[in-house]
Amino acid sequence: MAWFSRHSRLALGMGLLVAGLLQMFSGYLDPYYMRILQISAINVALAVSLNLVNGYTGQFSLGHAGFMAVGSYTAAGLTKLLPEAVPFFAELQPASQQIWFLIATLLGGCAAAVCGFVVGIPSLRLRGDYLAIVTLGFGEIIRVILQSNDTLGGARGLNGIPRLTTPFACVALAVISIYICGTLVQSTYGLGFLATRDDEIAAESVGVNTTRCKVNAFVVGAFLAGLAGSLNAHLLTTINPSHFGFLKSVEIVVLVILGGMGSTYGVVIAAVVMTVGLEQLRALNDWRMVIYSLMIILFMLVRPQGVMGTLGVDKARAKTKRKPV
Amino acid sequence: MDSFLQQLYNGLSLGAIYALIALGYTMVYGILRFINFAHGEIFMVGAYVAYFLAGWFLPDGAASSWLMFLLILMLSMAICALLGIGIEWTVYRPLRNRPRLTVLITAIGVSLFLQYGGQTFIGADPKAFPKILGDPVQVNMGPVTTNNLELLVLVITLILMFALRFFVMKTKLGKAMRAVSHNIQASSLMGINNDQVIAVTFAVGSALAAAGGVLYAMNYPTIDPLMGLLPGLKAFVAAVLGGIGNIPGAALGGLILGVVETFAAGSVVSDYKDAIAFGLLVLLLLFRPGGLLGKATVEKV
Repeated sequence: MAWFSRHSRLALGMGLLVAGLLQMFSGYLDPYYMRILQISAINVALAVSLNLVNGYTGQFSLGHAGFMAVGSYTAAGLTKLLPEAVPFFAELQPASQQIWFLIATLLGGCAAAVCGFVVGIPSLRLRGDYLAIVTLGFGEIIRVILQSNDTLGGARGLNGIPRLTTPFACVALAVISIYICGTLVQSTYGLGFLATRDDEIAAESVGVNTTRCKVNAFVVGAFLAGLAGSLNAHLLTTINPSHFGFLKSVEIVVLVILGGMGSTYGVVIAAVVMTVGLEQLRALNDWRMVIYSLMIILFMLVRPQGVMGTLGVDKARAKTKRKPV
Repeated sequence: MDSFLQQLYNGLSLGAIYALIALGYTMVYGILRFINFAHGEIFMVGAYVAYFLAGWFLPDGAASSWLMFLLILMLSMAICALLGIGIEWTVYRPLRNRPRLTVLITAIGVSLFLQYGGQTFIGADPKAFPKILGDPVQVNMGPVTTNNLELLVLVITLILMFALRFFVMKTKLGKAMRAVSHNIQASSLMGINNDQVIAVTFAVGSALAAAGGVLYAMNYPTIDPLMGLLPGLKAFVAAVLGGIGNIPGAALGGLILGVVETFAAGSVVSDYKDAIAFGLLVLLLLFRPGGLLGKATVEKV
C-alpha cells in the first residue's frame, strides 16, 4: 500500500494500462461480468470522491446523488437531446461520437462542480448534523427540479441515451479518481484538508484557509461525481429523477462508512465488494434490501471504523514527504 | 380573502401532522444529539398498525364509532411506543458513547430496515386505509370549508401537544428529561436514571409519530411502506426550522412548514412544492443557524 503512495504516477499509469487491456479484450469476456465491472468502477469513483468530502475533510455530506444527477443530466442532454435538435451532432462517426461523449462528460463534471461550489458555501457556517441536512436538502431540491422539468423528461426521465460508456472509460475514471483523491490529501496543500477535519480552530490558527479547503473538497468531489454520473447514464441508457434520491446518497455514504472514513483503499474495497455482493443477492428479491439494511446496522455495532479501520490513514499521513518550501 | 383563510387552514391542518412528527425528532435530538432517521418510519408503522387493527376490530359492514377510533389510536400509539423503546434498547443503546456519525448511519440503517422489511412482509403495494369514522362530513366554519377528519387532526394534535407540554414541564419525569437534555453527565450525578429517561423519550416521541401516522392515513387514505420517507424528512426540516431540541419550536416549525407548503402548492410554483421545504431550510440555516426559537451557541476556543 505504501508503495502506491510513493509511486502514485506509476500506479496511475499501470491502472490506465489495465483499463486499456480490459478494453482490448472486452470482446472475449462475459458481458454480464463486464457490466458488473463497469458498475463497480463507477461506484468506486463515487465512493472515493465522497470520501474526499466526508472522510478527509470531515464535512458530512448526504447529497452526493444530487451531483451525480447534475452530471448525468448535463451529459445525457448533450449526447441525446442536442443531436435531436442539431443534425450536425446526429451524423457523428463513432470515433467522433466518443470524443463528443468525452466533452459532454467533462461538461457534466463541470456543471456538477458548480453545484458543489454552491453547496460548499453553507458548509462555511454549518457543521455536523446541520450540514448533513442542508446537503440532503440540496440533493432533494435538484431531484425535484429535474422531476418538474419537461424538457428533461420530467418524472419519466430520459430514455434511449446512446450506450457510449466503455469498460476503459469506467476503469480509467475509477483509477483517476483514486489518483486525484489519494495524491491530493498527501500534497502539502491537501494536508490542509486533513487539518480542517482534525481540528478546525487549530488549523485556522496555523494559517490553513479552512474555508477554501472545504469548498475545494466539495468542488472536486462533485466534479468526480458528475463524471461518474455521466458514465452511469451512458451505461444504463436511461435515467430518472427517482434514481438520484436520498436513497442513492445513502448508498454512497454507506460505501464510505463501510470502507472506513478517510481510507481510500478501504473505500475502494467496500465499493467493489458491495456492488458485486448486491448483484449476487439479486436472486433473493425482496430480501436483498432487508439484508442490506441489517448489514449496515450490524456493521455499525461491530466494526464502526470500517473494513480497513485506520489502516492506510495514519500511515499515509506519516509517510508524506514534505517538499522544501 | 376567503381563499386565503381556507389555504391557511389547510396549511395548519397539514402542519399539525408535521408538528407531531417533529416533536419526536426534537426530543430525541435534544437528549442524545443525533438525528433519529428511523422516526419517519415509526410514523409509517403507526399507520400500518391502525390499518391492521381496524381490519381486525371493524370487519366489513361493522358500524364505525368514535370509541373504536380512540381505541385504535391509543393502541397504535402504545405499540409504536414499545417499538421505539425496542429500537433504542437493541440498536442505539450499545452505541451510546460512540461517535455521532456512527449512530446516524445506524439510524439510517434502521430506517431502511423498516422500509424494506415493510415491503417484504406486508407488500410494497399501496393499501386503502379503512374509513374508521365513515365518510368525511363537510363542516362550514365561517369562510372556511372543512370536514370532520381535518378538524379531528387539529383537535387531537392540540390535545397531544398540551399533554406533552404538561408532561415535560410539570411532571417529575419531564423534569428529569429536561435535566438530561441540559447536561447528560450532570443529570446522572444528580441520581437521574439516564437510560430510563432516554427510553421514555423514545416512547413518547414514537407514540406522537404513530398518532401523526394514523391521522395522516385518515386524511390521505392510501398507505405504503415508503410513506414515511418524505413526511419524515420534512418533519425533520420543521424541527430544525423551529430550533432543534426545542419543543415549542418543533410545533411552530411544523405549522409554518405546512402553511408555506400549502400556499406554494396553490401558486405558480406548485411543481416545486417538495423543494420548498428544503429551500426554506437552507435559507434559514444560512441566516439563523440555530433555528427560529433556538439559541445561538457560541463556540468557545
